[in-house]
Amino acid sequence: MFILTSLVFNDGVKKSSYSTCVNNIVSNILQSSTLVPTPVGMERLKSVQHVIVVLSGKGGVGKSTVAVQLALALRAKGKKVGLLDVDLCGPSIPKMFNLEGQSIHQCSEGWLPVYVDPEQKLGVMSIAFLLENEEEAVIWRGPKKTAMIRQFLSDVHWQDTEYLIIDTPPGTSDEHISVMENLRAFNPDGAILVTTPQAVAVGDVRRELTFCRKTGIPVIGIIENMSGYMCPHCSECTNIFSSGGGEALAKEAGVQFLGCVPVTKELAAGVSAGQSATQLPSVPAIEKVADRLIALDKDLP
Amino acid sequence: MADVPQDAPEHCPGTESDSAGKSSACQGCPNQTLCSTAPKGPDPVILEIQQKLASVKHKIMVVSGKGGVGKSTFTAHLAHGLASSDTVQVGVLDVDICGPSIPTIMGLEGEQVHQSSSGWSPIYVTDNLAVMSVGFLLKGPEDAVIWRGPRKNGLIKQFLRDVDWGELDFLLIDTPPGTSDEHLSVVQYLNGAGIDGAIVLTTPQEVSLLDVRKEINFCQRVELPVIGVVENMSMFVCPKCKKDSIIFPATTGGGEKMAADFNIPFLGRLPLDPRIGKCCDEGKSFLEEVPDSPATDAFKSIIEKIRDYCSKRPVNKDTETGEAAAQS
Repeated sequence: MFILTSLVFNDGVKKSSYSTCVNNIVSNILQSSTLVPTPVGMERLKSVQHVIVVLSGKGGVGKSTVAVQLALALRAKGKKVGLLDVDLCGPSIPKMFNLEGQSIHQCSEGWLPVYVDPEQKLGVMSIAFLLENEEEAVIWRGPKKTAMIRQFLSDVHWQDTEYLIIDTPPGTSDEHISVMENLRAFNPDGAILVTTPQAVAVGDVRRELTFCRKTGIPVIGIIENMSGYMCPHCSECTNIFSSGGGEALAKEAGVQFLGCVPVTKELAAGVSAGQSATQLPSVPAIEKVADRLIALDKDLP
Repeated sequence: MADVPQDAPEHCPGTESDSAGKSSACQGCPNQTLCSTAPKGPDPVILEIQQKLASVKHKIMVVSGKGGVGKSTFTAHLAHGLASSDTVQVGVLDVDICGPSIPTIMGLEGEQVHQSSSGWSPIYVTDNLAVMSVGFLLKGPEDAVIWRGPRKNGLIKQFLRDVDWGELDFLLIDTPPGTSDEHLSVVQYLNGAGIDGAIVLTTPQEVSLLDVRKEINFCQRVELPVIGVVENMSMFVCPKCKKDSIIFPATTGGGEKMAADFNIPFLGRLPLDPRIGKCCDEGKSFLEEVPDSPATDAFKSIIEKIRDYCSKRPVNKDTETGEAAAQS
């Protein structure tokens, strides 16, 4: 076992320099793709039984939080879970599990995800594990991001993971198109859309629904995050970001509404204080989603 | 030489040189054909954009590594604040191609762009506040822009080159989260015209600061001056009992400490007022709707600092061109 980062990424991540030169980027991709052990192979993904993508058109609505909570809920039900963070410019998952500074190891089967627990029931893969310095920006245009995501999907050894949860950046662009293209052959279970109740967020999620329809990925449902906040002084519950938007959108689009997640200070504080998400209270709405996912599986022939 | 890629073969003549792709060192380089056939010199579009935007005095980018921290809300209110004086002409350009929020926040949903002989006409909120966004080019609210990078860049180029802004005092550019295509393109295309600087938005939590540090790192690497850091959603003011509470605690010192660490100015804190979100949903200006809120005062003081910063910048076109020439 050895640390791979300096080998494969000697032209990519570690030295990723800002350059306006198109040739530079093209050459980086050409070189890195010659180093990929199996250029066409997505064989490693075959051992994964279910793939769930967490999407939202809007940023900061809690995609990563929902992905983390869902992974924990599934693990609590005895499943082996993988969590892949394809947000290359702003990876948050490692921070939420307190895994900063960890790096990826390679074995003969491929890259090993970083495990949160000693039982190896929850593995995480993110670009943050490949960066030397936390503050370093990944200033990449689309083609390089696409190549990186392909490598994440093709080279990581998930070891019979039952549920692979993919956390995405906001938008409907390179990262999303790449994930969908590469996953199509594996029949992903579907996408969970996260929104907050405001019109602005709901508008972006509406576009994300169109994206799902166009790329042919089934929508498992919509989760509304940050629904209300209870004032610690007078217990008045305020809808900081309006209310009801997610449910209305789900009804209008004819997809399942999976529930509301209120803003809890414990969750925000815990994540921020560098407490690992494993120690935080679970969210009932997300546990229900996990139950639903498992139930869905039983219905299948 | 500046145009030699870091990972180029030894004795690379540089991608912009006359012998690019033709020297003996180029033998076997994967980019040989590209280098020998690609047109040399800077992109002619940069010059076109420079001419087109010569009538714009100040160009400001609003950036953040993290999504949902309030970039668009801040941009919209900065625009409203600057345009509150009738003599100041303000333009807002939304380069968030996949998730344009500016049309909703500024109450312009469903508007369409018109073309005139002098270019695309922006949509006007008031006589002195013009807006351009990809949202005005879409057929409906559920229409998604599923584009990879190069197409997004193409549209940004058009936005910068073809929009008929007229005389502007301020052009505010609202960006998507991240450090990728949109950001690189804006910086690159405005290389000639010159950007006054970037305003970096953040929320107090560490998860957000983590991404925002990357964004500042980006600004430093592309040599984009940072006007300052704005911390949004700093505290929550209960509309019933008027007491403060903190939803997103700044366990690592928040935006102010980060700004100090990077040695860049800290412009101020904006409290979380539920009425801001509501005004954004309805497309109204919070500054006009709720003039007595503490958030309004905070907004105004930040806007004042930005106005100050810009007034100290040279607006003379010749100076700017000189600067650009010196840089290249």
